Amino acid sequence: MAQIVTLAEAISAAISDGDTVAMEGFTHLIPHAAGHEVIRQRRRDLTLIRMTPDIIYDQLIGAGCARKLIFSWAGNPGVGSLHRFRDAVQNSWPRPLELEEHSHAGMANRFAAGASGLPFGVLRGYRGTSLPAHTTGVADIVCPFTGETLTAVSALRPDVAVIHAQRADKQGNVQYWGISGVQKEAVLASSRSVVTVEEIVDSLDPRPGAVVLPWWAVGYVAVVPGGAHPSYALGYSVRDNDFYLAWDAISRDRQRFADWLDEHVFGRFVQVGQLAGEC
Amino acid sequence: MLTYTADEMMTVTAARSLRDGMTCFVGIGLPSEAANLARTTHAPNLVLIYESGTIGSKPGQVPLSIGDGILAETADSVVSVPEIFNYWLQPGRIDIGFLGAAQLDRYGNINTTVIGPSYDKPAVRLPGAGGAPEIAGACQEVAVVLRQSRRTFAERLDFVTSVGYGDGPGARSQLGLAGGGPRLVITDLGVLRPDQQTFELMLTGIYAGVSVAQVRDSTGWELKVSPELIEIPAPTEAELVALRRLAASRSQAARLSPASTVLAASTAPRASPAAAVTE
Repeated sequence: MAQIVTLAEAISAAISDGDTVAMEGFTHLIPHAAGHEVIRQRRRDLTLIRMTPDIIYDQLIGAGCARKLIFSWAGNPGVGSLHRFRDAVQNSWPRPLELEEHSHAGMANRFAAGASGLPFGVLRGYRGTSLPAHTTGVADIVCPFTGETLTAVSALRPDVAVIHAQRADKQGNVQYWGISGVQKEAVLASSRSVVTVEEIVDSLDPRPGAVVLPWWAVGYVAVVPGGAHPSYALGYSVRDNDFYLAWDAISRDRQRFADWLDEHVFGRFVQVGQLAGEC
Repeated sequence: MLTYTADEMMTVTAARSLRDGMTCFVGIGLPSEAANLARTTHAPNLVLIYESGTIGSKPGQVPLSIGDGILAETADSVVSVPEIFNYWLQPGRIDIGFLGAAQLDRYGNINTTVIGPSYDKPAVRLPGAGGAPEIAGACQEVAVVLRQSRRTFAERLDFVTSVGYGDGPGARSQLGLAGGGPRLVITDLGVLRPDQQTFELMLTGIYAGVSVAQVRDSTGWELKVSPELIEIPAPTEAELVALRRLAASRSQAARLSPASTVLAASTAPRASPAAAVTE
């Protein structure tokens, strides 16, 4: 049942050390501000799930919050590598990172299975690749009707889903539109959820293609304008491609990354607290 | 006389392989640039489909990521990530998959996961699978765009992320891969197509000023050359003008950035093998 709280309260209540956390948003609506709050609250030993780890998980991994990563594509889209992720995998810095990697189609079906209350999802995929030999949660399955061999992927059931949306109403109904990714599945597959929104309105008016998550299906809702930056919220902001380009140099160097974190994540604590406290 | 770079020749050649009215599942980077060039020149009705769930995007500029807002705003339809993979890609509705790669072998199998010596201790950790395995499996045909060198054209892949022709004839049907597999590989030196009997890639086209010896030197296996090897026509003025207009639109945002960001934009894709992969 939706509770409208501050971002700090939402993260504090929803996420504990050792939890399995899915922060979703496919390029669009990535919950960056919530990720920063997790770093500020110094959560540790998290199993992080995300199809495209992107900059948000580069930051969480570099900050030492993650023990394990479940993912399907770990890059800076259109730019290159995630250097904090690579440093963790190649050099165990700042700590070793266990990997469980899949394909996008596999991850999408794992979330859908979790949302559906099923133990696994089925797809045509993985066969002939090196993936099944190096990951868990993938197995051949024979169709009981046709005899065809297909691929089963185990359901994802995170402790917590974290997403960003354009709006919520005062009751906590959440609305988002544009590229909708796998957020609905992530929220419905998880035990708890945190939703940051650009604004809270009196009532939600219809938007073309909008997804609405009803108040009784979401957990904590917090107002964080610009909470997706450098990702974006269609209708509210544009993707800050300059930041994605700049991140390549910031993240390449451990000290430069640490300085960036100090200035922009830990330094923003007061500001974000004030923003969230105003509502 | 027109002057152009090897990369421009590659992108123009890749664009020419797309016919008007085709449906094309587009990977980010080189494939996206080529697909957008085709749509703005000879193939105005090319249907661009991105794994972020945008169907029929008409961006007018090359997006940095597969989820830039312009892809959703100009699309005929925007669907969720589970839907794009399950309903649209998996049943074989899409004519051509346009992919990049970090490493490719003689059967068009692709590696975008790790470069040696082992999965657990990789020398280079790449982004991973993304949508590529299922795109390579399900599209009616696949085209791969990558720069050719002994490093990228490998005798043996360190990891099979996406299957081309597996270990040769019969492999795709044995694995249950319904799509036609890689019909075309476009590089900065020329074009390769599979032999109809053995499915081994052979050099079928070469650019002006490139020698067969040079292509062989840039291939990690003993490259077969088609007896009907052709020289691929140089870019026309119209193709080059359109390509450079697209490239300029992409860097428009970067022009507003500090010099260091612009530098990162122009050097990052070359500096990192990860930049060559699908998204």
